[in-house]
Amino acid sequence: MSEKGRPDLNPDDRDENAEEKLPARRGDERLAAPVVRTGLFGARTSGDTSGYGGLLVRGTAPVHSERPYGGYFDELADHLEAALESAGIPFGEAVERVVVDRGEITFHVRREHLVEVARRLRDDPALRFEFCMGVSGAHYPAETGRELHAVFPFLSATHNRRIRVEVSVPDADPHLPSIVAVYPANDWHERETYDFFGIVFDGHPALTRIEMPDDWHGHPQRKDYPLGGIPVEYRGAKVPPPDERRSYA
Amino acid sequence: MTSQQDVYTPGGSGEGTPFNVGGQDWDQVVAAAAEEGHEHLVVNMGPQHPSTHGVLRLVLTLDGETVTEARLVIGYLHTGIEKNMEFRTWTQGSTFCTRMDYLAPLFNETAYCLAVERLLGITDQVPDRAQVIRVLVMEINRIASHLVATATFGLELGATSVMLAGFRERERCLDILEMITGLRMNHAYVRPGGVAQDLPPGAVDKIRELLVELPKGAAELRKFMDASPVYLGRTSKVAYLDVTGCVALGVTGPVLRAAGLPWDLRKTQPYCGYENYEFDVAVTDTADVYGRYRVRMTEVEQSLKIIEQCLDKLRPGPVMVTDKKIGWPAQLAIGPDGMGNSPDHIAHIMGQSMEALIHHFKLVTEGFRVPAGQVYQAVESPRGELGVHLVSDGGTRPYRAHFRDPSFNNLQAAPAMIEGGMVADTIAAIASIDPVMGGVDR
Repeated sequence: MSEKGRPDLNPDDRDENAEEKLPARRGDERLAAPVVRTGLFGARTSGDTSGYGGLLVRGTAPVHSERPYGGYFDELADHLEAALESAGIPFGEAVERVVVDRGEITFHVRREHLVEVARRLRDDPALRFEFCMGVSGAHYPAETGRELHAVFPFLSATHNRRIRVEVSVPDADPHLPSIVAVYPANDWHERETYDFFGIVFDGHPALTRIEMPDDWHGHPQRKDYPLGGIPVEYRGAKVPPPDERRSYA
Repeated sequence: MTSQQDVYTPGGSGEGTPFNVGGQDWDQVVAAAAEEGHEHLVVNMGPQHPSTHGVLRLVLTLDGETVTEARLVIGYLHTGIEKNMEFRTWTQGSTFCTRMDYLAPLFNETAYCLAVERLLGITDQVPDRAQVIRVLVMEINRIASHLVATATFGLELGATSVMLAGFRERERCLDILEMITGLRMNHAYVRPGGVAQDLPPGAVDKIRELLVELPKGAAELRKFMDASPVYLGRTSKVAYLDVTGCVALGVTGPVLRAAGLPWDLRKTQPYCGYENYEFDVAVTDTADVYGRYRVRMTEVEQSLKIIEQCLDKLRPGPVMVTDKKIGWPAQLAIGPDGMGNSPDHIAHIMGQSMEALIHHFKLVTEGFRVPAGQVYQAVESPRGELGVHLVSDGGTRPYRAHFRDPSFNNLQAAPAMIEGGMVADTIAAIASIDPVMGGVDR
């Protein structure tokens, strides 16, 4: 009797896709999460005498969410998919991944398609995100090849919805298309993100520093830029500057 | 007035002749410029500190009295608050962000704390009393902020009585905030998980007094301005910006509502239990400076209504989450030298319980950990949508804190309001946006 036709085998196991139907091992996802702390207290400047020095505490940030996303997010993703397909862009090509976390949805968009995604978000009647609430940067030096993130919060007054679009660029090539042509409100916000993170928004009408002086060197909000500060004397004791004090994280 | 030989550009700026004006008659400058054959005059307005707005610089290109081009230069009050917050615990963040928009400190704190609570997943656990107190202090703060907006606006247009009346009424609000939080501004009163301490005895009576006194002051302000022909002449149909312009430029708050879109986050995306309060969204459709003033005054009246409802909703109970791993261990108390640690709490940790001391020490020095992730939380500040983008890497400090300050965004709209108008209207336009540079530059 052939292997496939064994009568004692569960019919489901004969399916050639049986491997995919197995329930996901719960541990896998947890072990894929980044280590956020070692030891019991996370102290780095002194020894951990608790006996738990080898402890690894992992973060819980979801890196990828599967459908259903819940709430209006599924409907919204459908509309965005349809809007992008009508523009000839496959959804999977423009949007790397979708993350639903703490009641908010984040579309991780590839930079080549950012402007088109923004335009669809604004113009499609089913999406109609009239407001772009600026752009915020974030620097993740450990994420090689995607160190700099630009985060765009969008608001739709028509549908009373919010979404977030996140774009990541490598530090070696920190270029991102500007969406000022679509959302004029982002003019100063993009200048600020350029000023603080060094993300260059290509196509911005006048990308200059906005908060720091024009002749400033460096981009202060990056993690490799020091906070600065001097020790302060208080009642005879020297208090070191904040970035030199003990950190527990 | 001197021409040529400008001390700042000894070799000439290459862009026409610089003139230094030191309080002389404007006509002389214009005459001298005309002699040189310049059609346009580029004027630096500032950088200076106009009233309470903060340091702002305007570069205006003038054709006679008409502004043909306006460029705003900001950054003079940048203090790196966002960067500093990355080096302090989540609780200490309250103390930093309160200093951004210094006329609406409690909104900065509340937006930040709501974001931290969302990251922690404890939004539902924050006690009702804490939420009511947050709404209460925010609305008192909103009144104070709108009164300053109106008062300084009067001052900027030369109406000293308006300024005096506005600041007098604002003082009533600040007295109450001082009584509750210990400080007139930069309160650090709203903390992740609740508020720093309960209302002190006598606060409710004092607020009831405000509910009686403040409407009189507000009515007096309205009497000064609502139908004054001089005021109407300076503000009506000035600095026009319609809904399309507001939305394209991301303008929110009174400027957007004065253009006719009743968009108020307290109604549309309620937080802190705003859905349980009855109030109207102030809106007009004039889209000019006068309309913005009217919206602010109506909001003052609506805020009073909300404060009254807050007092009815106040029920005895805790003001901080019961989770001992997050809730600040100490309540503050007012001593002879001002606000400080509660003597009872000090006695407890220093004399009675070793565990309480360890717990206090750990929570105060190390702080609590916040699960990794990011959130965007917005509240309706007196100037529009105040958004907080918070990122946690799972540690005891924010990985990134970004504030989308409404003034920062709304100031972008100033050239759209100013260009093509008169120089004198520039002041009215800027004042009607009510920018607070502390929030703009952070």
